[in-house]
Amino acid sequence: MYILSSLKLPARLDSLHRIIHMVSGCTKEQRFSKQRISEIEIAVEEALVNIFEYSYAEKNGNVEVVCKLDAGNFVIEIIDSGIPFNILTAKEPDITSGISERSIGGLGIFLIRKLMDDVRYRREGDRNILTLVVKKPGDTP
Amino acid sequence: MEIGLRKEKDIMIASVTGRMDAVTAPEFNKTILDLISKGEKTFLINLAGLNHISSAGLRCILVLAKRINPEKGEIIFTGLHGAVKETFHTSGFLSIFRTYDSEEAALKSF
Repeated sequence: MYILSSLKLPARLDSLHRIIHMVSGCTKEQRFSKQRISEIEIAVEEALVNIFEYSYAEKNGNVEVVCKLDAGNFVIEIIDSGIPFNILTAKEPDITSGISERSIGGLGIFLIRKLMDDVRYRREGDRNILTLVVKKPGDTP
Repeated sequence: MEIGLRKEKDIMIASVTGRMDAVTAPEFNKTILDLISKGEKTFLINLAGLNHISSAGLRCILVLAKRINPEKGEIIFTGLHGAVKETFHTSGFLSIFRTYDSEEAALKSF
C-alpha cells in the first residue's frame, strides 16, 4: 500500500472543492481517462456531502480523505467522526418513475455504488471509514 | 458555474457552464426559481459547457421540473455530453426529460 496524498478539513460544504481538487490531482497522475476522473469526482462529492449532511447533522467535525494505491487499485478512504452511517444499507432509489412520482433523495448514494468498482464501509471506534475502490486504467475491460 | 440567459419566443434558454455540484447547484436553483416566479415556465437548458454534474444538480433539476409540471411548464435539455450525459443516463433522467442534439432542434420541438 502506498499513500499518494491526504487532506483533513472541516466537514462542511466550503471544503468540497479543495478535497475534489486534491483527489483529481491524484487521478490525473494515475492516468485515468477524462470520463473516469469525472466519475471519481462525482463519487467523492456524493460521499462527502452525505457526511456533511448526515454524519455531522448534529455536531461539527473534520473529514479526512486519503488517496492511495493498494494491490493495483486506486483507493480513496474517507474518514469522519460523526454518527455511524453506512451508505451500503441505504435503499436504492426508483429511477424509472415519472417526474411527479420520482423521489428526490437517494441518488447520491446510488451514483457512488454505480460508479465505483467496489465500496466498503466499516466503523472503527468512533469513526466511519468509507473506502472507494477504483480499478487502475488498463485493468478495466 | 456560470449561467447565460436569453429568450426566444416563449422559451427561456439557460446556458450553464462549469460545474453543477453541491456548492453551485443552489445558484442554478435560485436563478430558475426567480424566472418561474416572474412567469416563465418553458426552459431549454443548454449543458454544452457543463463538465460536471452531481446528484445535487440532478436533484435541483427534478425539484424545478416538479414545480412547473403542474403549470404545464417544461424543462428540456441540449448539449448533453461526456460524463454529464452518462450521469443523466445512469440516474434515469433521460427517460423523464426530453433531450436534443442542438438548440435549433430543441426549439423546433415546441
